[in-house]
Amino acid sequence: MTLGVQTRAILGKDLRVTWRGRARSAAVFAFAGTVLLLFSFAVGPDSKTLAQHAPGYFWIALLLGSVLTLSDAFRVETEDDALDAMRVLPVDPRALFLGKAAASAITLAALAAALTPVAGLLYGVGVQGSWLQLLVFIVLGAAGLAAPGTLYAAMTAKARGREVMLPLLLFPLVIPVLLAAVKGTALALAGDPMGQVPSWLGVLVAFDLVYWAVCPLLLGAVIES
Amino acid sequence: MSAPQRRIAPEHWFGVAGLILLAVGSYLGLVEAPPERYMGEVGRILYIHVPTAWIGLLALTAAGVFAGLYLVQRRPRWDDLLTGCVEVGVILTAMLLIQGSIWARPTWGVFWTWDPRLTTAAILLLSFIGVLALRAFVEDPQRRARWTAVATLVAVLDIPIVYFSVKWWRTLHQDFSSPETVAGAMHWPLRINAFALLALAIWLILRRARLSRQRRSARATAPPATSTLVAGD
Repeated sequence: MTLGVQTRAILGKDLRVTWRGRARSAAVFAFAGTVLLLFSFAVGPDSKTLAQHAPGYFWIALLLGSVLTLSDAFRVETEDDALDAMRVLPVDPRALFLGKAAASAITLAALAAALTPVAGLLYGVGVQGSWLQLLVFIVLGAAGLAAPGTLYAAMTAKARGREVMLPLLLFPLVIPVLLAAVKGTALALAGDPMGQVPSWLGVLVAFDLVYWAVCPLLLGAVIES
Repeated sequence: MSAPQRRIAPEHWFGVAGLILLAVGSYLGLVEAPPERYMGEVGRILYIHVPTAWIGLLALTAAGVFAGLYLVQRRPRWDDLLTGCVEVGVILTAMLLIQGSIWARPTWGVFWTWDPRLTTAAILLLSFIGVLALRAFVEDPQRRARWTAVATLVAVLDIPIVYFSVKWWRTLHQDFSSPETVAGAMHWPLRINAFALLALAIWLILRRARLSRQRRSARATAPPATSTLVAGD
């Protein structure tokens, strides 16, 4: 089987698993929504401040939710030694990575899309800039979280103390994603008179390219026994 | 078990050289060099701060190289050196942040500012503390080595992206170092301290690698009862 066929098979499998466990996804969505709500309490009922910082709160809520989504994606593989079964099949580790990371990116982008109207309503912000830019930043940001997140989840799914290890490893690493996605989202919402979108898009694309190119090659070393 | 030989391990010479150079460099920096034109006496922290930054970054970059070597060749030696590099890099980065805060308080009036280099150093410190924490959580030595190498490589790749993203994030902040801040009499303490820290870093990394190697051989030559337990994993 070629890399592409295997990747598609893994991607399809993971999306099916996510869809059948959608109660879990709904819980993650509710959790992220709760985080959005908590920010309004932390900041106070000043609607101007909330609207101003809405992109930041939105991405922090998504980041916290992503830890749950990403660790779930590998936890299902450790149950009943599914991962070992796939290794001896043999599934190319690169295909395993690409399929799982793509599935996580799609799940995260869907979570972000579901969270957008909630954030818009709670913080009272609308899109004055460009819907297309918003979509691009959400998709690229989700991809940026998913690539290193999938690699680290492969390690932490089996490690002791996994609840703390995944965020501890992932959060400092994805700060460039967070910065670029927050700035890009803010510019997409409010408009971009200074033409700053390209540089933030550049950061995000660079991060995505580096990690989507390197992580597939590293997964083999992570999961070998 | 033969009696241990009382012979000085070769890496100790790096330690001796490093300590002497550090004493000379610090004397030159603290006593001989004139006070810095704009920052005054506070500017003298530069003589240890800048070398700390250089050698810290060098140690973490070297960790990335050893991580790559380990993943290709799978020799335990590279894991030993990798661990030493990450640990020394983390200590130097932590020292860098402490020195930076000490310097920033009288100069800028605050302990912390979102300067790109400062922020990058803080992010680096957290990333590599994560790598060390991961190591602490994995018992199987081979898996630990593989995972450390992967996590180190991923974190090292992030360094330039973090730096540029934080730089763009803080474009309004002025750049505060200029060529004339390191001129003439100020060159020597800076250079000597850089070599001092390099020698000390090499010393600690090699000591750490030796410790890992000795622990591994102690495991391998452990009494049979322990070996049969190990055979299960």
